[in-house]
Parts: sequence; C-alpha cells; structure tokens
Amino acid sequence: MYPEWGLNEPLLQSTVEGERLRLAAAGSWTVDHARELEPLVDEAARHPPAIRTVDIDMGQVDKLDTFGAWLLERLRRSLAVEGSEARIVGLPDSYRALLEEVQNANSGRAPPNPGGGGLAGALDLVGRTMAEVGDAFLVILEMFGAVGMSFVRVFTGFGRMRVTSVVHHLDRVCWRAVPIVLLITFLIGCIIAQQGLFHFRRFGADIFVVDMIGILVLREVGVLLVCIMVAGRSGSAYTAELGTMKMREEVDALRTMGFDPIEVLILPRIIAIVIAVPMLTFLGAMAALYGGGLVAWLYGGISPDIFIARLREAISVDHFLVGMIKAPFMALIIGIVACAEGFQVKGSAESLGAQTTTSVVKSIFLVIVLDGLFAMFFAAIGK
Amino acid sequence: MAHPESDVVIRVRDLVVGFGRTTVLNHLDLDVKRGEILGFVGGSGSGKSVLLRTIIGLLPKREGKIEVFGVDLENANAKELQAVERRWGILFQHGALFSSLTVRQNVQFPMREYLDLSERLLEEVAVAKLEMVGLHADVCEKYPSELSGGMTKRVALARALALDPEIVFLDEPTSGLDPISAGESDHLIKTLQRTLGLTVFMVTHDLDSLHTVCDRIAVLAEGKIIAAGPMSVMLASEHPWLKAYFRGEIARISRN
Repeated sequence: MYPEWGLNEPLLQSTVEGERLRLAAAGSWTVDHARELEPLVDEAARHPPAIRTVDIDMGQVDKLDTFGAWLLERLRRSLAVEGSEARIVGLPDSYRALLEEVQNANSGRAPPNPGGGGLAGALDLVGRTMAEVGDAFLVILEMFGAVGMSFVRVFTGFGRMRVTSVVHHLDRVCWRAVPIVLLITFLIGCIIAQQGLFHFRRFGADIFVVDMIGILVLREVGVLLVCIMVAGRSGSAYTAELGTMKMREEVDALRTMGFDPIEVLILPRIIAIVIAVPMLTFLGAMAALYGGGLVAWLYGGISPDIFIARLREAISVDHFLVGMIKAPFMALIIGIVACAEGFQVKGSAESLGAQTTTSVVKSIFLVIVLDGLFAMFFAAIGK
Repeated sequence: MAHPESDVVIRVRDLVVGFGRTTVLNHLDLDVKRGEILGFVGGSGSGKSVLLRTIIGLLPKREGKIEVFGVDLENANAKELQAVERRWGILFQHGALFSSLTVRQNVQFPMREYLDLSERLLEEVAVAKLEMVGLHADVCEKYPSELSGGMTKRVALARALALDPEIVFLDEPTSGLDPISAGESDHLIKTLQRTLGLTVFMVTHDLDSLHTVCDRIAVLAEGKIIAAGPMSVMLASEHPWLKAYFRGEIARISRN
C-alpha cells in the first residue's frame, strides 16, 4: 500500500452558500498528503467576512491520521479566531477519538526555537567563551589538586595503590605504543638527517649534521614527538573512557560504593602515563638517532664510526638529561588534562566528542607551552 | 503496487537465529494480523528482543523467511526496504534517543528526513505528538540526558509515532513507568490502534498491559512460540510456564 499519488480528487473543496461556507474534504488526509493539504487548509481559513458558519464535511475522507487530524483542528481553530463557527460533520466514528486526542494539542505556547543572532548574540558568545577559558583552567587546577591529594593519601597509607590497574594501563599506554613511536621517531630522524645533509652540503659542513641531529633529537624533538603521539593516542582514550563512564553513571556507582573515583580511575592512569612517557622518549630518541645515523651513512657517506665519534664530541649527558627531565612533567600535563576533560563530559554523544577533541588540543598546546618554559629555564641555568 | 493487502502484516516462517553455537530462535513461526495488538511474552533471555531485532533487520537470521506488508525483507531492494521502514516505528527498550538532539529535534527527525513539510507544521505536529504521549510542550528544548526514565520512554514513543506508522514495535514500553503512567501509555496505544488501525507488536512483562490492551498474546519459550491466543486461552492453559506466569502469585496480586 504505497501512497497513491496522482489522485485527482481535490482534498478540500469550498462552496459558498449565502452566509454558509461548505468545505468538502475527500481522499486521504494522511502524512503523505500533508504537504498539499497544508496550503489548502490555510486557504480555506481565509474566507469572505460575510460567512458566519462553516460546515466541514469529512464524509468523503477515507483515511485520517494525526497529521490530517491536526490540520483539521488547525482549520477549526483559525476559523474560530476569524469569528465563525465551524462544525465538523460526517466524520466516521472511528476517527472521533483521534480528533479528540488532537484537540488538546498545541493549546499552550511551545517555547520558541531559540535562535541566537545579532550583535548581542555575538557579544554574548564572546563573553561566554572567555568565561569558559577561565573555567577550563580552574578545572585543570582542580584535577591537579585532587590527583595530588589522592597521591598523598595513597603513599601515606590512607588509600590503596591499585597496582594491577597501573600495570594494565602501562601495558596500553607504553608497551603497545612502542612500535608506532619507534617507527615515527625513526622516520623523523631520517628526515632531519636528510634535510640537514642537503642544506649543509652547500657549505661543506656535512659533518655538523651529526651535531644537529644529536642536539635536536635529544633535547626537543624526541620528547615533543612522543608527547604529541601519546596525547593523541592515550590522552584521547582516557578522555573517551572516563567520559563514557561518566555518561553511564559508572562514576556515580563507584562513588556510592564508597570509592574515590580519583583514586580508582584517575591515579592509576596518571601514574602509568608518567612512567610511560620517559620510557617512550628514551626509545624514541634512540630510534631517531638510529634513523639519522643510517641516512647520514647511506645518503651522506658519513660512516657509523665517524657518526658515533662525532656524536660523542657534539653532545653531552646534559643534552640527554634535558630531554628526559621534561618527559614526566609533560606526561603529567597530558594525563591531568585528559582526565579532567573526561569528567567534564555531559550526557550527549556530541559532548563526548567535543571533550575528546578539547583534551587532545589542550594537552598538545600545554605541552608546547611547557617546553618553552623549560627552554627559558635551561637557558637561565646555562645548560 | 496496489495489490490487495492480506490480513497478515508480519509473517515469520521457520526462523532460525543464533549466535556462535547457541541457537536462540529455533524454527519459529509467527503471524501478526493487521490492526491487532500482539503482546509478546517469555522468560528473560528467551529471545523476545532477538526476535524483534531480527524482524526489523538489526540481526541476521540463519534460516527462514520474514515478510512485512507482504515484502520479503531478505530479497527486497533498498527502495522497497525503505518504503517498509517508513511504515513502521520502533520504540527501543532504553529509548535510543539521539543524545545530541533536543526532544523537539528527536521527534522531528524522521519527519524532516522523509517529508517535505513547512516549519510551522513540523513544529505543531511535533508538539502535538509529545502532548499525545502525555508530555508538556516545555520539554521541547531539553536534551535526552536531562529527562527522567519515564519521560525518555514517552519521547521515544512520540518519535516512533512521528510518521504515523502502520506497525509499531514496542520493546517493553511500560517498564520503568509508574503504574499510572503505564496505564496512560496503554490507553494511548489502544486509542491509536483503534483510530489509526495501528498494528502493535509489544514485548512486555506488564500483566496489566497484557490484560487490558492486548488482543492476542504469543509466548516464546525454547526458541519457539509455545502458545498464541487471547488472554482467556492463556489463563486456561495447563502449560507449567504459562500457569506460573499468568496464574502465579504475582499475577494474582496484580489482578486483585
């Protein structure tokens, strides 16, 4: 039973008899014809002012559903507003109950569709956004404090350290990230070496490519690349997991059972990421040096012996330590931001997506800001 | 396609559905007639929801045939399938409202997708549907996460009814509602069935619904329909499960 298009019968026909208007309805007053029906109904409501009474004859209507019934009710109401009384005649009894259902509908005013706009709307948006920036900062600080408290409680024996959970997260954040971290840092090492050789060669300074790779990789690129990857890979996962748990009231369930969600869910994740990032940074730096050395040999003709000898002269342990010291702090930022954003998730799927995006963007931004602060610090102490 | 429609709108024959090694539905036959309210009962885990999800095409079947409105769903092309889907509405057990849309947008969603109506009519019909299921127009701008369990059910019912479907599948429509709301909901379903000629396939455990609104009851056990018929048949049956279900302690308390 498909909608019978091409039915030529008019759905609503009006005839004026003196002071009376007769509206003859016919056909299917259903959802499929609602589109044609609506203008007819609105047209019928605008009748000559002389009309006092209107008869709506529904006798020829063979099907009526809520769309049709509502349009009929709308016609009756607009006629009433115009001051003429409408009588509905010939309506099959089976449809009477439906019409009664619809008669109570739309009696109040629905709240209007909120539409922002104009200068006030734009200003409002700017204000709200600025307030949100401030709030977001506070949320991160709050999470930082909560994690700190929880950490103190665990190590003074008031809380329990969840070793299994830490190991589980370490497996996900560290062990399973090793292949991709090695691959990407290796490739970046290769690219840095290739670009360095290509440009340094013009000055006959090929050998300084080793200095560049060594310092760049150990001090900056290794740790930054790893942090960006961890933020994208594990930070987003943290936010999505915690957000989903929050949405499904799992966090509330934990709380009512007397557990501290920070201690059970967040602390193990943060400890895991703080352990994982330095290890990944070390592996990443080694892979990048390896890649750089390989390219220097194959593309630049610097043999591995010379590469290693030059590397030993060019870099000191300080360079290595500068990179490694930054790693746990950056990991802490990624973990705190990811968990804080996870707990900000509201009920909808869209909010989960939005918070996950925010988590990654914010942690990468903060990692780079922190890197800048470290650079100033190390310059000040002369390292 | 103006063929005369038979009286049976859903015809299930020889249906086998299983997961891995377990077989949930084992050569099941079921007919749902036009305009009836079929109450579907069975123990927890007996496969009621599996049957519902198989009929509406969410689960694959191993064997058998499912026809809805005389269309064999397996061999139907995309267009025929959409035409069928357009004519049924489904109320999922937990509502399955779209969490990023407001209540108003949820109810309007199928209408916007399938119909080309004016904003005003969309607006009025959406509010009318919400009011028909017993909600106030105030909820329009709320998001699903801000609704109570009962309100979620009602909004979901309004969405299932958005296109004035000919069949509605209701998966435990009254679970989680207080008895008064459950009664209203039953009344609404009955009214819609009477006025719109709606066919209702209702999975339920609510004995009140089974007594007051269902024309026929089908009982699922061991992967098959073990009994089907009006309440009187159920009450007269000597099958131990039926006896326990319809004439047991709970049933007696709720009927008295």
